Amino acid sequence: MIEEGNGCPPGEGAQDGPVRKVFVRTPSLKDVPTHFCSGCGHGIVHRMIAEVVDELGIRERVVGVSPVGCAVLGYDYWDFDVSEAAHGRTPAVATGMKRARPDLIVFTYQGDGDLAAIGTAELIHTANRGENITIIFVNNAVYGMTGGQMAPTTLDGQVTKTTPEGRMPQECGTPLKVPEMIAPFPGVKYLARTALNNPKNIMIAKRSIEKAFRCQIDDVGFSLVEVLSPCPTYWRVPPLEALKWIEEKMIPCFPLGEIKSP
Amino acid sequence: MNRKVLMCGNEAMSEAAVRAGCRFYFGYPITPQNEVPAYMAMRMPQVGGTFIQAESEIAAINMVFGAAAVGARAMTSSSSPGISLKQEGISYLCGCELPAVIANVVRGGPGLGNIGPSQSDYFQATRGGGHGDYRTMALAPSSVQELADFTFLAFGLAEKYRNPVLILSDGILGQMMEPVVLPDPIETNLPRKDWVLTGAKNRPPRVIKSLYLDVTVLEKQNFKLREKYRRMEREDIRFEEISMDDAEVVLVAYGSVARICRSAVRQLREAGHRVGLFRPITVWPFPYEALARFADKARFFLALEMSMGQMVEDVKLAVAGRTPVRFYGRTGGCVITVEEVVRQIEMLKEKTQ
Repeated sequence: MIEEGNGCPPGEGAQDGPVRKVFVRTPSLKDVPTHFCSGCGHGIVHRMIAEVVDELGIRERVVGVSPVGCAVLGYDYWDFDVSEAAHGRTPAVATGMKRARPDLIVFTYQGDGDLAAIGTAELIHTANRGENITIIFVNNAVYGMTGGQMAPTTLDGQVTKTTPEGRMPQECGTPLKVPEMIAPFPGVKYLARTALNNPKNIMIAKRSIEKAFRCQIDDVGFSLVEVLSPCPTYWRVPPLEALKWIEEKMIPCFPLGEIKSP
Repeated sequence: MNRKVLMCGNEAMSEAAVRAGCRFYFGYPITPQNEVPAYMAMRMPQVGGTFIQAESEIAAINMVFGAAAVGARAMTSSSSPGISLKQEGISYLCGCELPAVIANVVRGGPGLGNIGPSQSDYFQATRGGGHGDYRTMALAPSSVQELADFTFLAFGLAEKYRNPVLILSDGILGQMMEPVVLPDPIETNLPRKDWVLTGAKNRPPRVIKSLYLDVTVLEKQNFKLREKYRRMEREDIRFEEISMDDAEVVLVAYGSVARICRSAVRQLREAGHRVGLFRPITVWPFPYEALARFADKARFFLALEMSMGQMVEDVKLAVAGRTPVRFYGRTGGCVITVEEVVRQIEMLKEKTQ
């Protein structure tokens, strides 16, 4: 099916003849080199969001809020309006935006530290108010930008910079399951957990992100998609093994699927 | 012509914000500012605005950040411990160059302190309690009328400079009731701004940020911000002089203490003392040069504050050692009385004979 390499920039590769172009960079994704580590999942999630934004035709009214962490530079990749936010305050910033301009499509992009540790209060209350925003939650079970410390989603026994003997539940608690935690709130309308460990799951993740955005466009209410994403650098494994680690370790702890749907 | 109405300071401030086009107020309960969220919860729906009782002062200031980023006039208020929590947000607002109005109805501290009036957040307001090189204009009203006027003014100043502006009120001003003439409401169709996030329609995308990984770029950005702060010092310093022309003793006080000192000056003048009052209205930028004019004329300066001595440091900076600077303060929610001011002056004059 793929006759031309994935990620081939527009204008390169044959346009005519027997070779058919099956992949083009979606307009909302800038044609720039990535700063993410090799095998990192952020680039895939960035692309999926950009594709969904273009497929839904909302580029001219979407505003993203980027987190503190590896993905803070989201605006270097997305070709639409983006604001930074203080660490974890991302849903509060999005709340202010959406209340002031309900016609905008507002989403936050947050890592596990931003969303589930320092920003837990903002997450819970934004969800409980049923703010009509979309949260894309990238869970890679570790703090990336600061060098691989324990995250609230770090697995039991997982070795990180700050859990040299492995995460011990009796001292550090257990991995936080965010969608399950906020699922009971009536204002929360769409919740899904997806993974980037194989092409099939990537397709499901993209469809979930699309559903989440539709939920906001149709004024239904709060939506959140968790994406289990590889961090080979701080899992200290090669990229392919990281995908296997998602399948064998993460998914049993964080079951995939739609947790809530309108 | 608007007629006079009787209002408490917190409500006058809230109504003035609405009349300045503020349609987004995010707050959290804390005494002695609870009249503000209560008033906004009632008033915002009447004018098509939004009130949210946030889960914390931290969330409230970040909701202000979001509303400001998409171009709305937004405000939050709190009292001392809550303002401490907002410092991170204020630093980000300055770093991202977003306008906002933040009112501090100062109470006794440190820690939980008490709910009595105080001026002990002067350092925090004028030096910045958050991280990084930044400045925020801080307006110090001394009557309910000024609470209304300065709040109205603050929204314009915040947009002029794309920077948050603080209202430095206190438990006396917030709670007391006085007749006030409210400002005429302005159109809420605010001028178009070329930096707000509105969706990238027919223009390149916009980014609001304070992250500059390249050290030379961040230094350049900080120089640019400094130029803005210097412009505030050139264009928007405000102060008031009362009976200063022939003053040999200069009282320096702001906010509600200035109000008390005004009465003391009247009494002291009647008793034949040549006493004047210099009242900073912008405590940042502080009117150093205006105050320095009196350094060689006066026998001494007396800074009066409801604190252990904070503004007095700015008075000393202005006077630069040319004349003695004395300090008198009450703290912990205790209020300076007119009699105390008179006694201080009589005592100090005797000492410096």
